Amino acid sequence: MSRYERPRTLDDALQLIGEGSWRVLSGGTDFYPAQGARPIRDNVIDISALDGLRGISQTPGGVRIGGCTTWTQILRADLPLAFDGLKQAAREVGSVQIQNAGTVAGNLCNASPAADGVPPLLTLDALVELASADGVRSLPLQQFILGNRRTARRADELVTAIDIPARALAGTSAFAKLGARRYLVISIAMAAARLLVEDGKIVSAAVAIGACSEVAQRLPQLEQKLIGAAAGASLVERLSPEHFAGLSPIGDVRGSAAYRQAAAREIVASALLAALGARSKGRAAA
Amino acid sequence: MTSFSVNGGTVNVDASPLARLSNVLRDELGLTGTKVGCDAGDCGACTVLLDGEPVCACLAPLAQVAGRQVTTVEGLANGKLSALQASFLAHGAAQCGICTPGMLVAATALLAQTPHPDEQQTLDALGGVLCRCTGYRKIVEAVVDAWRFEDAAAVKPRADSNAGDAIGHSILRLDGVEKVTGVDRFGADLTPENALSVLVIRSPHWHAGFEIGDTQTFLADHPGLAAVFTARDIPGRNRFGVLPAYADQPALADGVAKFRGEAVALIAGEPEAIAALDPADFPIKWTQLPHMLEPAEARSKDAPLIQPDRAGNILIEGRVERGDAEAAIAKAPYVVTGEIRTAYVEHAYIEPEAGSAWMAGDTLVVSACTQSAAIDRDDTAAVLGLPLERVRIVPTSAGGGFGSKLDVSVQPLIGLVALKTGRPARLVYSRQESMASTTKRHPATMRATIAANADGRIAGMVFDGDFNTGPYSSWGPTVANRVPVHASGPYVTPNYHAVGRAVHTNGPVSGAFRGFGVPQATIMQETLYDELATKLGLDRLKFRQMNALRDGDRTCTGQQLEGVGIEACLDALQPHWMRALADAKAFNAKSGRIRRGVGIASCWYGCGNTGLPNPSTIRIGISHDGAVVLHQGAIDIGQGSNTVIAQIAAEALGLSLQKFRLVGADTALTPDAGKTSASRQTYVTGKAAEKAARALRAAILRAANVEEGAEIALDGATLVVGGGARRIDLAAMPADRFGYAFSAQESYDPPATKLDAKGQGNPYAVYGYGAQIAELEVDTALGTVKLIKITAAHDVGRAINPLLVEGQVEGGIAQGIGLALMEEYVPGRTENLHDYLIPTIGDVPPIETIIVEVADPEGPFGAKGLGEHVLIPTAPAILNAIRHATGVLVTQLPATPDRVLAAIRGKEQ
Repeated sequence: MSRYERPRTLDDALQLIGEGSWRVLSGGTDFYPAQGARPIRDNVIDISALDGLRGISQTPGGVRIGGCTTWTQILRADLPLAFDGLKQAAREVGSVQIQNAGTVAGNLCNASPAADGVPPLLTLDALVELASADGVRSLPLQQFILGNRRTARRADELVTAIDIPARALAGTSAFAKLGARRYLVISIAMAAARLLVEDGKIVSAAVAIGACSEVAQRLPQLEQKLIGAAAGASLVERLSPEHFAGLSPIGDVRGSAAYRQAAAREIVASALLAALGARSKGRAAA
Repeated sequence: MTSFSVNGGTVNVDASPLARLSNVLRDELGLTGTKVGCDAGDCGACTVLLDGEPVCACLAPLAQVAGRQVTTVEGLANGKLSALQASFLAHGAAQCGICTPGMLVAATALLAQTPHPDEQQTLDALGGVLCRCTGYRKIVEAVVDAWRFEDAAAVKPRADSNAGDAIGHSILRLDGVEKVTGVDRFGADLTPENALSVLVIRSPHWHAGFEIGDTQTFLADHPGLAAVFTARDIPGRNRFGVLPAYADQPALADGVAKFRGEAVALIAGEPEAIAALDPADFPIKWTQLPHMLEPAEARSKDAPLIQPDRAGNILIEGRVERGDAEAAIAKAPYVVTGEIRTAYVEHAYIEPEAGSAWMAGDTLVVSACTQSAAIDRDDTAAVLGLPLERVRIVPTSAGGGFGSKLDVSVQPLIGLVALKTGRPARLVYSRQESMASTTKRHPATMRATIAANADGRIAGMVFDGDFNTGPYSSWGPTVANRVPVHASGPYVTPNYHAVGRAVHTNGPVSGAFRGFGVPQATIMQETLYDELATKLGLDRLKFRQMNALRDGDRTCTGQQLEGVGIEACLDALQPHWMRALADAKAFNAKSGRIRRGVGIASCWYGCGNTGLPNPSTIRIGISHDGAVVLHQGAIDIGQGSNTVIAQIAAEALGLSLQKFRLVGADTALTPDAGKTSASRQTYVTGKAAEKAARALRAAILRAANVEEGAEIALDGATLVVGGGARRIDLAAMPADRFGYAFSAQESYDPPATKLDAKGQGNPYAVYGYGAQIAELEVDTALGTVKLIKITAAHDVGRAINPLLVEGQVEGGIAQGIGLALMEEYVPGRTENLHDYLIPTIGDVPPIETIIVEVADPEGPFGAKGLGEHVLIPTAPAILNAIRHATGVLVTQLPATPDRVLAAIRGKEQ
């Protein structure tokens, strides 16, 4: 008979998860699909009652997204323009029903190569906070997701927050998703961009692409190349194949590897232009 | 004990904290309005409000619901329909009704925030609920329009007709209120008391031998299990099949499984014990055997035989030959040739197969979702070795069918358990199980050549298609025979040679799916027609108009046609075609990666069986208490036959629909109205209803001794004839052979003839026609396709119910969109609704339906069939539009973004 616990405090949760082997349940949107029709035989720790982990807060160091924060909470939060990409991704995670239950941290822990949350969080320099009974550590998102369905979370740890550092709160951002239908669709590929513009020129760029490698990745060469570029449609002329040479897309039922490689450039271009567009819209509104 | 609020009342539930809320609502609280379509958050059928926010109940653990408020579909109506429910009913937004609760609940959340939503807001709010029937457009209209129904008195949709005026009106579905309130009962909604749950052990391999181990020890180790059943326990003939002459599929495989997902054993037990069981624990040893998945491989020399008595792995070859096609093509100045490959397509109804069975005395009663009570009865009786009269089929509502629920699924399995144990048995397929084990649309590999003379007239056509039928026959023979009859399209083709083959493989069993192979063949023909028109320098619509069949013309089977409506459909599209071409031209005048295209395609489709008997029987009685009782065995799978057949009967009888009492399909209560397939119910069963109604009317007039044409009316239990000239006290009448004061039972069988060796004859008595225009944009950098509009003209002979006609058109188009752009079932890989993609609410563009009425001399009040026709032109129109936009034809379906881009890049190189 499997064990089920729903602790009310983080201390209790960390105490429990330190003993024995647990599956972590939060919003349930990945837990049940993975389970299918089979009976549940694992011990399950349900962290949904840890109210302290729910919600978004401004901290001296930046913005903290609690480990039980749902996608809907992201959508409804008053956040800087740099989060627009993440909000656009939030709208694309499954459906409204999924966004109301599924959590940002769960999306990271599930570690699907096609997780829509990962590219925008990469462009936000997100840090993943992991807590155990022994203490707290923080890992850059790149170091947290190790591979397809693999993360750096130890069995005795919980993801308690995703922190966005203050340096990443500047600029405008956007998310571009490529799928074979309009709603409820797993991405063939997706990209996020965050741009900081001064005097009509790009001074900082963060670009990430997902579903084109085992783990979504930033495109540092491209980011470097964009610095100094005029903040206009001509920006995309700076994109060249070598910026995408580090991708290693697979072919599957959603698209061939060659297609993903070709599409990568297009969706990155879309995300960049949308991020610029968000900037002009933001300014017009101001 | 978990306590929470449901629809305003507090409930306490003793269940696992990890129980899915959907199961708690349905199994513990009896709130079966919340439907389960996938158990994975992929379909949204189980949407409920949790503290006012929509969530998938299948993903919500009971523990997380504690102390919170849940609203289900049962909580939407408060004594009367909510405005939204009324709007759904009035707009015909519910067809089969299985997605309706999820749609209504999700839309209720939207309307609470946004009482006057626009279309985009509606799409965004409902994007998480899949519908397979409606094509979504009427759902969008119903939500956008819901505010108008706040004052229900202000909006009076037509709920009834006057005597003698029942057809041609958009009367609301007679079974609609049940569908918008969640009280309609589908296959999984019935749980007989003391029922055993049934779990099916299935093959994980394409082709494998197996040995079942020690089941006694297995049962002993698992308390609560009642029994294991295998092929050895089957008392009758362990072979079923929709076509008795080809029946070859075991209910439980005997030693060798021939496809992945094939049933090999049953475990029956108490529901908790079955829920706790991991099928992996079942003692079975598999030995994988060589397998073949492609027809080319199966047809190769020396390929092992999948069915030992079918040489070359060919189940059947159908052919139609007229004139000398090869010679005509050789002489013709304009010739085009091509090849098209299509994929397995999954029916993806939102209701997985489900049902219950029990013994009532000596009689086995099976209550499951189905498209044919008679096939269920015949196959279940044969497998269980029971005489037909000891099997009673009481169909539940069907949450979509589209062809796959013609074949038995759960019926013989639960029947076996009920028969052997004496206890009721219940089986609900999981989504994965439904997808893995039931039939698919045949993947087709087709080649064709079409030639035209210099004057633009078709000179000849050759068609050859292999249809991957899987290891068992199902409807393979029907596909192979129907395709050659239709592969010419509705065009005069004087020289013709068409062959369709159903080829055995170890892939999924392919069976019936809306169109029986004709949608695939039409993609071949209509894409070649575009190429031919372009070669001839003719406008693509004009070319089709020139060659369209007209009254008196002969088809490729030599049948002389009357009531031909294809020309009228094409003519109706003419102004839309000109407008669409002009729009595209203007759009494409500016450069850019987005290119617009316009495509057109036609269809024709014979209604009913191909050259085989296909009768329907209808009984109508006037009861002693003054009701018209319609015994109507045609199964309404959402298309609307419950309403349409009643309308026809009311019209022919001359009594108001209000006086009608419907008796739905039940082999004990309704005569056989045949299966819901081949677009036959409106025509064949409708004709039987017309005949029965006329016979009943004649009997009444005879009894009253008044002349033909006299009015009849019911005034309580009094039949008033001839405007009061005669009054018949029904209560005083003796009971006739069916127990009524008056009754009539009539059959109708279409006057079709068997095809000869060259495929000549009159295979169908009635054909329907249609044509559609697709307008779309292609992103030439990504290969993505965005549909702008579909304009559909369909000749239905006579629209018995125009709203239901539109519903069929829109729903068929949505499935055509899926076939064209996204649907590809890969066995073992896409056995769920997130890897297998069907169109969502955001993927179906505005649809303009033009109803064309060219009366058929045979159909009831001139009506023709429609259900399958509407899907056929969509995919080829889309492919033709993609080619118009980009210059390239995608020849392997679906035209996913990667394939479209590869085709574009291929041309550039």
